[in-house]
Amino acid sequence: MSHIKTTRRGVLKGGAAVGVGLATPTFFTSMANAYTNAPTGGSVTLGFNVPQTGPYADEGNDELLAQQLAVAHLNGEGDGGCLSTFTSKALKGNGILGNKVTFVTGDTQTKSDAARASAKSMIEKDGAIMINGGSSSGVAIAVQGLCQDAGVIFMAGLTHSNDTTGKDKKANGFRHFFNGYMSGAALAPVLEKEYGKDRRAYHLTADYTWGWTQQESIAAATEGVGWETVNNVLTPLASTDFSSYIAPVLNSGADVLVLNHYGGNMVNSLTNAIQFGLLDKQVNGKDFKIVVPLYSELMAAGAGENIKGVFGSMNWNWQLQDDGTKAFVKSFGEKYGKPPSNSAQTCYAQTLLYADACERAGTHNPCGVAEALEGFEFDGLGNGPTLYRADDHQCFKDVLVVKGAENPTNAYDTLEIVEKTPRAQVEYAPDHPMFAGGALGDCNPGA
Amino acid sequence: MLGLNKKDSKFLLIVIALTVCTPILLQPFPEGSGLAQFNAGYPDLMQRFAIYGIFAIGFNILFGLTGYLSFGHAAFLGVGSYSVVWMYKLLDYNVIWGLPLAIITSGLFALAIGYVSLRRSGIYFSILTLAFAQMSFNVAYSVLTPLTNGETGLQVYTSDKQILLGANEPNSPHLFGLVMNQSAKLNVGDWVFTFNIGYYFCAVIAILAFYLSLRIFRSPFGLMLKAVKCNQQRMNYTGLNSRPYTLAAFVISGMYAGLAGGLLASMDPLAGAERMQWTASGEVVLMTILGGTGTLMGPVLGAGFIKYFENIFSKINETVLHSWFSWLPDGMEDAIVWVLHFFVGKGWHLTLGMLFMLIVIFLPGGLVDGASRIREWYKNRKGGGAASSETSTTPAE
Amino acid sequence: MDAILLQILNGLDKGSAYALIALGLTLIFGTLGVVNFAHGALFMIGSFCAVTLQKILNISSITIDETQKDFLGNPLKVKTPYVEAWFGEVTGQAIINWSVPLAILFAIPIMLLVGFVMERGLIKHFYKRPHADQILVTFGLAIVLQEIIKAMYGANPIPTPAPDVFRGSLDFGVLLGFDPNAVIYPYWRLIYFAFSTVVIAAVFSFLQFTTFGMVVRAGMADRETVGLLGINIDKRFTFMFGVAAAVAGLAGVMYTPINSPNYHMGMDFLVLSFVVVVVGGMGSLPGAVLAGFMLGILESFASMNEIKSIIPGIDQIIIYLVAIVILMTRPRGLMGRKGVMEE
Repeated sequence: MSHIKTTRRGVLKGGAAVGVGLATPTFFTSMANAYTNAPTGGSVTLGFNVPQTGPYADEGNDELLAQQLAVAHLNGEGDGGCLSTFTSKALKGNGILGNKVTFVTGDTQTKSDAARASAKSMIEKDGAIMINGGSSSGVAIAVQGLCQDAGVIFMAGLTHSNDTTGKDKKANGFRHFFNGYMSGAALAPVLEKEYGKDRRAYHLTADYTWGWTQQESIAAATEGVGWETVNNVLTPLASTDFSSYIAPVLNSGADVLVLNHYGGNMVNSLTNAIQFGLLDKQVNGKDFKIVVPLYSELMAAGAGENIKGVFGSMNWNWQLQDDGTKAFVKSFGEKYGKPPSNSAQTCYAQTLLYADACERAGTHNPCGVAEALEGFEFDGLGNGPTLYRADDHQCFKDVLVVKGAENPTNAYDTLEIVEKTPRAQVEYAPDHPMFAGGALGDCNPGA
Repeated sequence: MLGLNKKDSKFLLIVIALTVCTPILLQPFPEGSGLAQFNAGYPDLMQRFAIYGIFAIGFNILFGLTGYLSFGHAAFLGVGSYSVVWMYKLLDYNVIWGLPLAIITSGLFALAIGYVSLRRSGIYFSILTLAFAQMSFNVAYSVLTPLTNGETGLQVYTSDKQILLGANEPNSPHLFGLVMNQSAKLNVGDWVFTFNIGYYFCAVIAILAFYLSLRIFRSPFGLMLKAVKCNQQRMNYTGLNSRPYTLAAFVISGMYAGLAGGLLASMDPLAGAERMQWTASGEVVLMTILGGTGTLMGPVLGAGFIKYFENIFSKINETVLHSWFSWLPDGMEDAIVWVLHFFVGKGWHLTLGMLFMLIVIFLPGGLVDGASRIREWYKNRKGGGAASSETSTTPAE
Repeated sequence: MDAILLQILNGLDKGSAYALIALGLTLIFGTLGVVNFAHGALFMIGSFCAVTLQKILNISSITIDETQKDFLGNPLKVKTPYVEAWFGEVTGQAIINWSVPLAILFAIPIMLLVGFVMERGLIKHFYKRPHADQILVTFGLAIVLQEIIKAMYGANPIPTPAPDVFRGSLDFGVLLGFDPNAVIYPYWRLIYFAFSTVVIAAVFSFLQFTTFGMVVRAGMADRETVGLLGINIDKRFTFMFGVAAAVAGLAGVMYTPINSPNYHMGMDFLVLSFVVVVVGGMGSLPGAVLAGFMLGILESFASMNEIKSIIPGIDQIIIYLVAIVILMTRPRGLMGRKGVMEE
C-alpha cells in the first residue's frame, strides 16, 4: 500500500510542478521587469566569465583582476582609473544607475561547453545582467550565442577570430578586441617597409576556425603588398612539438615564416623555429624572418628571448602614452604590482563601457544598452578615438604593431611598439567577404 | 510493480521521488544568505545532473556489468549532440526529431566501434576505444568543420533551412511547444525554488533510463554480462559466445551516451567538439568509479558530485570568501582566505583531485559505499549490532 | 630524400620523449601491476625541477637604481643573482646558463624520493585493489600535483633555455653530401636523442646485467615464486618505481629547452604515453621503446606536406590510427606478454 501512496504523491507533485510550469511559463518575467535579471535591491550583478583552469588560466586571472578593478572604480573606490579620462562623463562613481555593482566569477576552462555552463549559472543562479571576458574565439562565439538567447549583454574579452563579429555576430554581443583582418591590415604595411615587397611567406596555421580566419586575413593583406604565399600548413591543436612542421620550411623557398598560433601553440612553435636556427639563415639572399600576427604579453613571457625582433600585432599595450592608458596602468600597477595585459585592458574597458551605456540609456535593459553602444564614439580608454560600429558591433580603434624588444630592461617591456596603425587603415566594410554571412538579428531583452 | 520485485520497486520510487523534488532538495539555503553560494537548484545544473546521470548509468551498464573499461564514450556523447543540432538546423527546434536520431546514430557508431574494439579485452580494449574517440574529436575539431562547425561548435543560424519551422513556433528547443528553458519560480519565505521544464523533461527520461538499467541489471542478460566480468574464459569454455552479449552492452551504453548528448543539445542548442575529447571520456569513468562501479545509484551520485564541484566550487572567489569570514579579526580573516583560496575558484581542480583520492582511499566502494556505511552505523546504533548482517552492500567490483 | 631524412630525425626526437615516458610507465605496469595515471605528472615534475633550479640560481639581491624607471615611474629595482655576486659575473652567468644540464643532478634524487614516497605512501595500498580504483587515485594525485605546480608557478609556460653553447643547429646534410641548409637539426634535439638512448640503455643493462635486475625480471615474470624463494621482491619493486619516476623526470628535465614547461604538460603526454605502452605491448620494455620511436617517426611522416595533401588531417589522427591497426593485427601489441592487463 505504502508504495502506491508514494507513487501517487510523487506523480501528483511532479504533475503539479509541470502544471505550474505550463500555466505560467513566463512567471518571473511578468513579475519583475521587461528584461532578464533586472536589478533589484539596489545592486546590479556583472558576470565575469574567464578561464581559471587550463592553459589560459593566467590570462583569465589577469582579466579577472582588471574586472575587479573596474568594479571598484564604478563603485567609487580606488583612484577612479579611467573614469577621469573617459570622454563620456555619464559615470559618477556611484555604481550603475545608482545601483551598487557586484560581480560573480566563473571558469570557462577554455571549452565552449564549460563556458556556457558557467555563464548559464551566472544568469540563472546569480542574476548576472551581463557577461564579460574570455580568452578564445570558440568560447566567445559560444557564450555570445547563449547571451543572445538568454537576453543579456555579452562583452567578448580576448577573441580575435573574424567570425565573432562576422558570420557569428549577435545583437546582444559586442567586441572591444581587434580581429584577424585588422591584424593583417596593420601588419602588412610595416612588414613591407621592414622586409620589402618581394617576400615569400610560409604559413603555419592552427587547424581550427580562429587560425583559418587569421591566416586568410594575413595572407590577403601581405599578398596585397606584393608578397607571395608559398604554403599554408595546418597544425593540429593538440601539437606540442612543431619540429616536423618547421623542419621543411627552410627548403620550401620561403623567406618568412608566419605563425598563426596562439597561446601554448605559439610559444612552442616559435621556440621550435628558433631552435632550428631559422632566424640565422638566409634564403633567396635575404635574412629569414618570423612573424607572429597575434601577440600577447603572456605569450611573450612564455617564449622568453625567442621573440626578439619578431613582429606581431596587439590590441593595446601598457606602454602607450595616452592619458587613458596611463591612468589605467597606474591604477592597475599600483594595486597588483605589474602592468596589465591587453586582454586585461579589454575587459576593463568593456566593463566601463557597459556601465556607461547603461547610464546613457537610463536602463539596464539589454536593448537600451545595445542601442547606446551602437555607433558610440569615445576616447580616453586607451587606443585613442574609438567607435563601436552599429552594423556588426565591432570596435574600431588604432591597432598596434609590436615587435620583441632587443634589449628588454625588465620583465614587462619584452615587447616594443613599432607603430600605431591609425583606425582608418584597419577599417573595412561591414559586408566584407571575410565577414560575410550571418546577421546581427534583433536585440533580445530576455523572456 | 512494472516487473520489479518489492525491494527494487521501493528503490525506484525513492529515485523518482528524489528526482521530482530535486529543485527543492538542492536549494537548502535561503537566498541572500552566505551559504546560498552552495545552492545548486538552478535549471542548468539540475539538467546537467540528470543528463550526466544518464551518461553514467549507461556507462555503468558496460563497465559495471562486464568490466570492460571504455575510454571513448565521449564520442557517442558528441555524436548525439551533433545529431540533435543537425535536426534543429534542418527541420525545426522540436526535440522529438533529434533525440531518436541521436540514439540511432550513436547506436550505429557504437556498433561499429564496439565490433572492432571488443575483439580485444582489458587495457587493449580501453586503448582502442580511446583511439576511436580521440580520432573523432580531432577530426571534428578540424577537418570535419563543415559538418561540426569545429572549434565554435555546431549551432543554428538564421540562414538555416528549418523546413518544419512554423510561424508561431518557439525559437529555442521545445517539445511540442513546451519550451525547455522556461521555468516557474516559487517563492517560499526567503527560499526561491525554480521548476524548469527542461529539467523535468530530462528527469522523466532519466527515470526511464534508470528503470531500464534496473531491468537490465536484474535480467538474464545482465547475469550473462556479470558472468563476462567474473570469468570470461570459463564462460567461453561452457560453449557460450560472450561477444554478442558484450557487444549488446556496448551498444546499449553507447545509446545511453548518445541520448545524454542529445539531451545536452536539447537543453542548450549547441554541440561543441570538446564533448568528444578524452577528458570527457575520462570524466564519465571517474563519475562511475567515484560513485561506485556496478551499483545502480553510484554512477548518478558520482556524476552529481563532479558536476557540483565543477559548477559551484569554481565560482567561489576571494570576494565571496571575504564576505564569509568578515566577522573574523582582519589578520585572521586574511589568513583563512589566503589558505582557502587555493581550494576554490581557480583552485577547484585541487579540491576535486584531493577528494578523488580521499574517497577512493577511505571508501573503496565509492560514494554508495559511504552511504551504506552510514546506514549501517545508524542501524547498529539503533538496533544494536544484530541488523548489520542483513544489509548486503553491493560490492564495488 | 632530405625531407625524409629530416622527418626521421624529428621522429627519433619525438620518439625519445615517448619512449622514455612509456618505459617508466611500463616498468610500473610490469613490476607492480599498477595503472599509473600520475606518470605524466612525474614527467611534468621533472621539468619543473629544471625550472626550480633556474629560479633558485636566479635568487637575487635587490638594489634600487635611481637612474632607471619601472613601468609606474618609480625607481627601478635591479636584481643581481647571488650566484653572480659570489662567483663573479662571468662564472655566475655561466652557471645560470647551464641550469638545465645541472638540473639533471638536482632531479635524480628528487625524482627517486618522489617515487619512493608515492609508492610507499599511496600506491602500496592499491596493489590488491581493482584497476579502476588505481586509475581514480592516481588520476586524483596527478591533478593534485599539477595544481600544486600551478599554484607555485602559474599556468603560463616558463622559458628554460638550453646553455648558449647548444644554441643553433647542426648542418647535418653537409655531412652526408647534401646542399648546405638542406638538413639542419638543432643541437639540443640531437642531445636529447643521445641522452634518451643512454638512459634507455642504462635501464636495460641494469635489468639485464645486474643481480638486482635479474631478480626484478624474475619478479615481473612470476612474483609469487620469487617471493617464495625468500626474496623481498616488494622492496625491489619499490626501488623500480623510483627508477621509473626518475626516468620520467629526466625525460622532463631534458625536454624543457625543447618546449617551455607548463603545469599541464603531463596531461598532454599522459594519453599518448598510454597509447605507446599498449601499442608496444603490456609488460614489454623493448616493446614500449620500439613503439615510442615508431609512433614518433610515423607522426613526423604524417605531418609532411606531401602526405597531408593526399589525406588532409592525417597528422591529427595518425597515432590513433596506427594504434588501432596494430592492435587489430597483433592482439597484444608489438611485443606484449600474454595475460598482462588483459582482464
